[in-house]
This record gives sequence, structure tokens and C-alpha cells, in this order.
Amino acid sequence: MAVMQEHAKKRIKEIVASHKDEPTPLLVVLSQIQEEFGYIPLEVQEVVSEEMDIPVAEIYGVVTFYSFFSLKPKGKYIIGVCLGTACYVKGSQNIIDKFCELLKIKPGETTPDGLFTVDALRCIGACAIAPAVTINSKVYANLTVDRVEKILKEYEGGAN
Amino acid sequence: MKINTPQELVNKIRSCEKCLAQKFSGETGTKALLVCGGLGCISTGAGDIIELLKSKLKEKGLEDKVSVDSVGCFGFCSQGPFIRVYPGETLYRMVKPEDVDRIIEEDVIGGRLIEDLVYVDPKTNKPARTEKDIDFFKKQIKIALYGSGIINPESLDEAFGYGSFRAFHKVVTTMKSQEVIDEILKSGLRGRGGGGFPTGRKWQFALDQKSDVKYVVCNGDEGDPGAFMDRSILEGNPFAAIEGMMIAGYAIQATAGYFYVRAEYPLAVARLRTAISLLEEVGLLGENILNTGFNFRVDVRLGAGAFVCGEETALLNSIEGQRGQPRPRPPFPAVKGLWQKPTIVNNVETLAIVPYIVRNGAEDFAKLGTEKSKGTKVFALGGKVNNVGLVEVPMGTTLRELIYEIGGGIPNGKKFKAIQTGGPSGGCLTEKDLDTPIDYDTLIARGSMMGSGGAIVMDEDNCMVDVAKFYMEFICDESCGKCTPCRIGTKRMLEFLQKITEGRASLEDLDELTELAYAVKENSLCGLGQTAANPILSTMANFHDEYLAHVVDKKCPAHVCKKLMEYYIIPDKCKKCGKCARVCPVQCISGTLGKTPFLIDPLKCIKCGMCYSVCPFDSIIKR
Repeated sequence: MAVMQEHAKKRIKEIVASHKDEPTPLLVVLSQIQEEFGYIPLEVQEVVSEEMDIPVAEIYGVVTFYSFFSLKPKGKYIIGVCLGTACYVKGSQNIIDKFCELLKIKPGETTPDGLFTVDALRCIGACAIAPAVTINSKVYANLTVDRVEKILKEYEGGAN
Repeated sequence: MKINTPQELVNKIRSCEKCLAQKFSGETGTKALLVCGGLGCISTGAGDIIELLKSKLKEKGLEDKVSVDSVGCFGFCSQGPFIRVYPGETLYRMVKPEDVDRIIEEDVIGGRLIEDLVYVDPKTNKPARTEKDIDFFKKQIKIALYGSGIINPESLDEAFGYGSFRAFHKVVTTMKSQEVIDEILKSGLRGRGGGGFPTGRKWQFALDQKSDVKYVVCNGDEGDPGAFMDRSILEGNPFAAIEGMMIAGYAIQATAGYFYVRAEYPLAVARLRTAISLLEEVGLLGENILNTGFNFRVDVRLGAGAFVCGEETALLNSIEGQRGQPRPRPPFPAVKGLWQKPTIVNNVETLAIVPYIVRNGAEDFAKLGTEKSKGTKVFALGGKVNNVGLVEVPMGTTLRELIYEIGGGIPNGKKFKAIQTGGPSGGCLTEKDLDTPIDYDTLIARGSMMGSGGAIVMDEDNCMVDVAKFYMEFICDESCGKCTPCRIGTKRMLEFLQKITEGRASLEDLDELTELAYAVKENSLCGLGQTAANPILSTMANFHDEYLAHVVDKKCPAHVCKKLMEYYIIPDKCKKCGKCARVCPVQCISGTLGKTPFLIDPLKCIKCGMCYSVCPFDSIIKR
């Protein structure tokens, strides 16, 4: 989104307008933008700033505060490894290490081909099936390190 | 269709109660299949099972005779997916899609019990057909989880049929605001989100404020890792929390309520939104509800992934579209809260309990529990315990009952080491605390806290220093940065723990860490910082030897801390197959196939554990 396209700008204006009757809707607006566009770069924050009459600095402060908002685009498949307590005591650290090792990225990063992002998640409340991993909206239960490679293959295959 | 008067509401509830009773009793020749729709069961295949059940029943032309519903979490997650069959309440567990045909043929049509699909009591080896026969459920009393796992969470009629809005009816027709608060005070209900502040007193402060606008906020920002009761309530019976919020709104004379729910819980949010719109349709939310002059509307706001927003003033800032940083108190939210108006912030579980108290009376609720902690508490039992899941037990239940009777003990014959309650703000309890009745005050007296009810069991394979480090990493990440003790103190504490787990620490470091821990505890602005040191202080108090082993002997007794352990091939047990050498990513294992035992070069080893996991003869140990 180096040069923002007109239709994106129009859509952002629409999103802001749709929440104008709600009190203090900044978070609601940003959530919707994050959901639709996948990230909230500075250019987008500037549009939101103009439309909502809130300084960009303040918006930037909010965007960087919450872990749900991202300044950079994420991969097609977002691998979320739960590092909540229940998952951690059952070895989820080894699982995220394995994903990172195989994809050659660190947690929070995206592969150069834009296919995968690995995120460390705080508890997703799936403690009963720990260790749990989500890939987009699919949940993998009771994951073990030796299943990691096979799971990645499924997605690599699907993309080709 | 609108419900316009209290009398119409009662009529509606009565007719729905009759319908639901018929559904479960099967007196009109119908059967009902309830499938657990909790995240645990869904991710192990419950979604496919529901689809299959529906299509197969349709094939056989039974879709009008046999209903299939996806309901809230049954709680016994380690045995899912579950199907409960009415009439009779037979519970089938670990159901697989290939079992669907048998369930329809043998049970639904044939009326025969399928023995190999019911739970088998591991102690007696006898099949347990219903929940009443299973130890996991026997000691539980469902108050906060009332209706969850029974009603269809997207059906207002079923909620009515299971008693929802009887309490609201009672409040608007027979009670004044003060009387509602008196009832809650009398029940002894304390906030279920962690602090344990008496709910009635919080409401009283807000009622006493003169203001034309007041708010009720429901805190569903369940960030405590290892706890998922709020999600379960919102997914299983969202109407209970909404009814609780409406009663709270009536009690403090508020006109609007907000649910603040984690964005990580999309299903809970969707169910909540459905419930709200159903209530708006019938006129139970909005202007002049039931023609009583009471106005109340409810909205949902999503969290965006910040643990600190579970702190009530940070949560209010977040709703106001700002960074979720806490505000100094006073003024308390009951005086100046959301948009500077009097506001009460209550946890989901707290609000879900309120209708029960109003419906059944404060005495009925106060009968349960201990002297200062009344009623029940939902715990998310997880970690190294056989029966992982969600349980609701009376306050005062002992840890032994929780872990061994309900939880079924520790898996794989391992030894119990500790149970962590209260998440990153809590602490560890050990063997010596097993017979302590759990309530708010006993947990605090033992250096832990109730928190939102996460209870993670740890066995001998868990390193307590590593656990403390895990929580400190979490807190360090989630510290909002507003006050210095928390922002910098947590980082420094984490550095100490890293030193300890890597074998670089001295005894002086332990003293400095303790001193720092108290400094952060006493000087931080909000609950997050004030409790951040608890996991360290509590593990230091209970497992001092383990800290000393890391610092003095440079050993990790549980073999978790990578820098302090090594993999070793026992020469006598090695079958010389060379499998370990083939998988080693750094080629540090040498030996001759079939001739000499293999050997790991500890200087080159990166401790990845590959050899350990592939050795077919368990010849490799950690030491």
C-alpha cells in the first residue's frame, strides 16, 4: 500500500462513517480495518486521522499498543501457537521453535514468500486440548513436534 | 413478537418451560441429541459429527422426530467430543464421525445403550452412563454455568424454558433498586474476576452517585492464560450474563451496558451479539422495557489483545478508544468511570451468577461456600491432570478433591509437584496445601490468589524457575509501560530469571531479585504490576531448593532449562542402531553401526532433543 489506492481510501472513509454515531469508536474502526485489510500502515492511519479528527500520533499510539493491530501485512496463513500456561507446561515452546526452524523465521515474522506468519499467542482458552495451534481459523489439538512438518506440508501443497 | 408487559413475559416463560421439558422428557415421542460445541470438542471433530447426524437423520426421514443441537461446553474436555441423548441423558464420549451411524441405529432407533461409547470409571472399570455416575461431575454444582451445555445458546425460547428472565421479571415487578442491592449484599457474592471485592458494595457506591447517565460494563477480557470460564459462559448461555447485566443496570439505575470481550473469542462474540439482537426483537432490551419505564441497551466492544485491559480502568480507557493504560484511583469507576460517568465493572461469571441469586434467594446461594466466600467458583483445570476441563464447585472445596477426585489425578504415574492458581498474578500451591479449602482468603494467605480461576497442575517434569520465568515473560510483554516500577522492574526481574536458568546467577542475585520483587509489588500503579512478582515470590518460598540447585550446583532438577542439562546415551542400553546420529542436525553423535555404542559430544550438542525423541530403546536420558 505504498501509494494508497483510491478505492481503499474510499472504503476506509466508509468504515469511519458507519461508526460515526457511536461514542469513541476508534478501536472499533481500527479493528474493522485490520480485519478487512490485514494491516494498518501509516498511510491508513493518516486517513483515519483526517476523518475522525484525532492526531496521527494518538492513533499510532493505539495501533502499536494492541497486539491485534499490525503495521505490516501478514502471511496468507497465520500460524498461531498458543503459549498460554496450560500449553506451555505441555511443551508448546518446542512446537513454536519447530515451526520457526522449518520456516526459518522468528515469532512475529512472515516468510519472504508471504505464505506464513508465525505468531506466539497468549492463551486462546483451548487449555483442554493443549498444546493448541491455530492456522487461520482451524484449530489443531494436542499437537506434537513430530506433526509440525506434516501440517506445514498441507498448506504448502494447497498454495501451489 | 414483542413482549409488552410483565404478565406477557411470565406467559411466554411458562409456555417455553413446557416446550423444553417436553423436548427433554420425550413424552411426545421425540428424541434430542445435544452435541458439545466447546472449542475442545469442535477442534476434535464435533462440527463434522453435527453435520453427519443431521444429514443421516434426514436420509432416514427422522429430522422432525430427532433434534440435533450444538450446545455450550460440557466441561469434561479431555473426553470429548460428547453427545448427550434425551430422554435418559445417556452421555457418549470420544465420539468419532464413524460412530454416528451406530448412535442413530442402535440408540436413537433401537433404544439400546452403546456400551463402548460411554465413559468407563478408571477406578472401578465400570461403565458410567450419565453424568451423575461420573466422578468428574458428581461434586459439581452449576450456578454460573447454569444452562450451559443444556440450552441451545442461540435460542431465546430455550433460555426462557430454562428459567432465564424469571429473575429479571421478579426484579422489575417486585423490587426497588436498593432491595436488589441488599439481596446481592446478603448473598455474599464477591467479584469472580480475581479481586474478590463484594459485588453488592460496588453496586451501592454506584447507586449512591447522582448522575443522569450510568453504565454497567461487563469485563470479558479473560486474558489470564489457562482460564476459559468466561468464554464458556458466553458461548454456552449468553442470556445469563445479559440478564445479570440488566439486573445490575436496574440496581444502579443505569441506562446502558457494554460487554468488553476478547477478540480472540469470535464464537463467544457472535453468540453474544445474536442473544442481544433476539432480546431487542422482543423488546427486552431498549426503551421502556415491559412497559415498566426501565430503559436499557447493551452493546459489545472487542478487546484488541492487551492483557492489561482486564484491569478495570484500563478497560474503560480501551472502550474510550485509547491505549489500554490504567488510571490512578481514586476516583473509582463507581464515581467517575466510562466517559466520566458512574460505572460498575463486573466480570462475566459474576453477572451470570446474579440471576440465580435473585431467582433462588440470597440464602440459597449463601448456603454454599465458606464463611467469607459464598457460592461456587468455576475453575479451568489444566496442565498435568487426567481430567482436563471446566468445573464448577462450591467454595471451600479442597485442592485434593479438585485434583484427585474431580481431576482424576496426575497422568502417567508422575508425582504431583504444584498447582498454579491465579495465572500470572497468582502463585503456586504444593503438597502441603492439598487439604486447604479453597476460597479467596485462604489462597491469599498461602501466597497465591483466586484470580479468574485458572488452575494449572504441574508434575515433577516441570521446572518451577522456568515457570516463574514463563510468567515474567508474559508480564513483561503485557506491561503497559505507564508506571516505572512495572515497566522496568518486570524487565529486570526477567533478566535475573534468565541468568538463573542459564546457570550464570550467584546467591547475591537471589537476594537482589527478592528485594526487587517487593519493590515492584509495593510501588506499581495497578493490579498487574502489584501482583507481577507473585509467581517469583511464591516459587521461591515453596521451591527454594530448586532455585539453589540452579544457582549453586548449576543443575536443573527437572531437566527443563536447556543450558543446565545434557543428553546422554547410556552405553549399556545403546543398541548401536545409529538412528540418533542420523537425525542429529549438528552431527555431534559418533559411533560405529552395530559395533560401538554411540556417544554425544556435549560441547557441540545444541540440545534440540531430536535424538531423545527418536531413540526406539529409550537409551538416551536427560541429566
